[in-house]
Amino acid sequence: MTSDTVRAAPRLTPGTVPKIPPSRRRRLGDLPVAALFILPAAVGFAVFYLWPAVRGVYLSLTKYNVLTPPRFIGLDNYERLLGDHLFWNALKVTGEYVLINIGTQTVISMLLAVLLYRLTKSMLVRGIVLLPYLVANVVVALVWFWMLDFQLGVVNNVIEWLGFDRVAFFGSDWAIPTIAGINTWRHMGYTALLIFAGLQMIPPSVYEAAAIDGASEWRTFWRVTLPLLRPVMALVMVLSVIGSFQVFDTVAVTTGGGPINATRVIYFYIYDQAFNRFNFGYAAALSSVLFVLLAGIAYLQMRLSRAAESDLRGS
Amino acid sequence: MMASIRWGRVAGWAVLVVVMAVTLFPFYWMLRTSFSSTRALAGGAADLLPVDFTLGAYRRVLGLSSTAEAVAEGGSSGTVSFWLYLRNSIVVSTTITLGQVFFSSMAAYAFARLRWPGRNAVFTVFVTALMVPPIFTTLPNFVLVKELGLLNTYLGIVLPQLLMTPFAVFFLRQFFLGINGSVEEAARIDGAGHVRTYFRIILPMSRGPIATLAILTYITSWNDYFWPLLVGKAENVRVLTVALGIFRSQTPQGSPDWAGLMAATLFAALPIMVLFAVLGRRVIDSIGYTGVK
Repeated sequence: MTSDTVRAAPRLTPGTVPKIPPSRRRRLGDLPVAALFILPAAVGFAVFYLWPAVRGVYLSLTKYNVLTPPRFIGLDNYERLLGDHLFWNALKVTGEYVLINIGTQTVISMLLAVLLYRLTKSMLVRGIVLLPYLVANVVVALVWFWMLDFQLGVVNNVIEWLGFDRVAFFGSDWAIPTIAGINTWRHMGYTALLIFAGLQMIPPSVYEAAAIDGASEWRTFWRVTLPLLRPVMALVMVLSVIGSFQVFDTVAVTTGGGPINATRVIYFYIYDQAFNRFNFGYAAALSSVLFVLLAGIAYLQMRLSRAAESDLRGS
Repeated sequence: MMASIRWGRVAGWAVLVVVMAVTLFPFYWMLRTSFSSTRALAGGAADLLPVDFTLGAYRRVLGLSSTAEAVAEGGSSGTVSFWLYLRNSIVVSTTITLGQVFFSSMAAYAFARLRWPGRNAVFTVFVTALMVPPIFTTLPNFVLVKELGLLNTYLGIVLPQLLMTPFAVFFLRQFFLGINGSVEEAARIDGAGHVRTYFRIILPMSRGPIATLAILTYITSWNDYFWPLLVGKAENVRVLTVALGIFRSQTPQGSPDWAGLMAATLFAALPIMVLFAVLGRRVIDSIGYTGVK
């Protein structure tokens, strides 16, 4: 074995890096091969992530309609943004959407995760709850658009049959809660499975200890399960909130931002500025602000939920 | 004590059954509506079975029915062919999946198994991109694709996702890190270079995670709407999601062709549902992994 290694050793590197003296080779390690392996991804990263990020910041400082070259205007776009009531409206509408979406989604997913954990190991049940997440946003939006139609939608017909008034689900009062509800429907199973994965990481011994202490199920959930789930929940919440802020597809194929501006969420407003009004510079400024906002929210969430720490280690 | 636990289970199952019913009902309603005649829908808005059963909606959506036939059942007079959009979706998703998984796995190999100066710094930069909201890079990417003259081409649609995504690199690197070094060592002793080791040892040993990533990538690109909407509206490259949005906005405001729309919707969702039915367990198991991201 040892002699084999010794004999094989000289054959190792010379084939790949023939001319580099040993000292330099040690410093560079596998660099030549690594460069080869990383090249396609590095090109992709540089061209479609790094460069556009830099360019996005630059474009946000220009007036640019895509057809003529961008003209540098300093911070004008950001100044304009502060006085743009449609921008503030977009933030307000998006905030409302995120609150309703995250609120309902978190509660339902948590309940669903606990039920799945306690009741069944069935892959079929898990598959069913995951199904809506695998279908495109556009598909989900259209199906609910149809089911919630004022005249012909099955939901309104059932509501009327029960003796209530029909609801204009996509009217200005209901549109945001409706869209939030639709996306809760799409994401609840997925989020439940994430939490479910977190539940499985809690060692059974802590439940046994709680049972020996005579804790009720309710008490065990609040005092044992929930605190131990905190790191997972923190991560799930950060990802959900960031995702939720980026709602676009559902709005685009149902209300298109209306009625008036009732559903003109921030993503849709950026899209509208860039592709309908050709204010690319302004749209870039809007997306920069969104980026900073999301980073700030994620940071706050991580801080508040102490996501990196686990209660398991301490106790 | 015993009785109370059992009642808890009954209540739990009741909730679970309700959730599953709410989850499945819209899929049934899609199916039921797609086999109805749009003109007849008003007469049986809450009927559980198709109203005036017909395959007309599918014939319309797949470009098989004449204009007169389509109009008679409440469709629009324009012809659409979702076969074409299906082809486009397959081309786009397949290309993205193959390219992204392959090139990302190469990069992940360099990050996980090779030693070179600056490795961790470069990796950190890659992973930082995970936190950038897509819209921030999407607008400049649109400008770039336009400048390259690639609007309304397959290449323009697939390019930003073809060579890597930070998530794919991150995901595979995690698995490559876990591979036992002794196997690699043995290969090297046998005189295998890095390229050979990658193709003959690393890739075959990571079949599972690679398949998982490929499925996730395929589903994601199949369902993507925003990017193809920006760069691929033209009919010859239009993917299913974009086609659905256009089909919905084309239907006259007063009376949308609901049956046609639901037939098209189901047609667009079917391939993913079939994929899920075949690979269910792997997809479900993958959810835990992505959560760790």
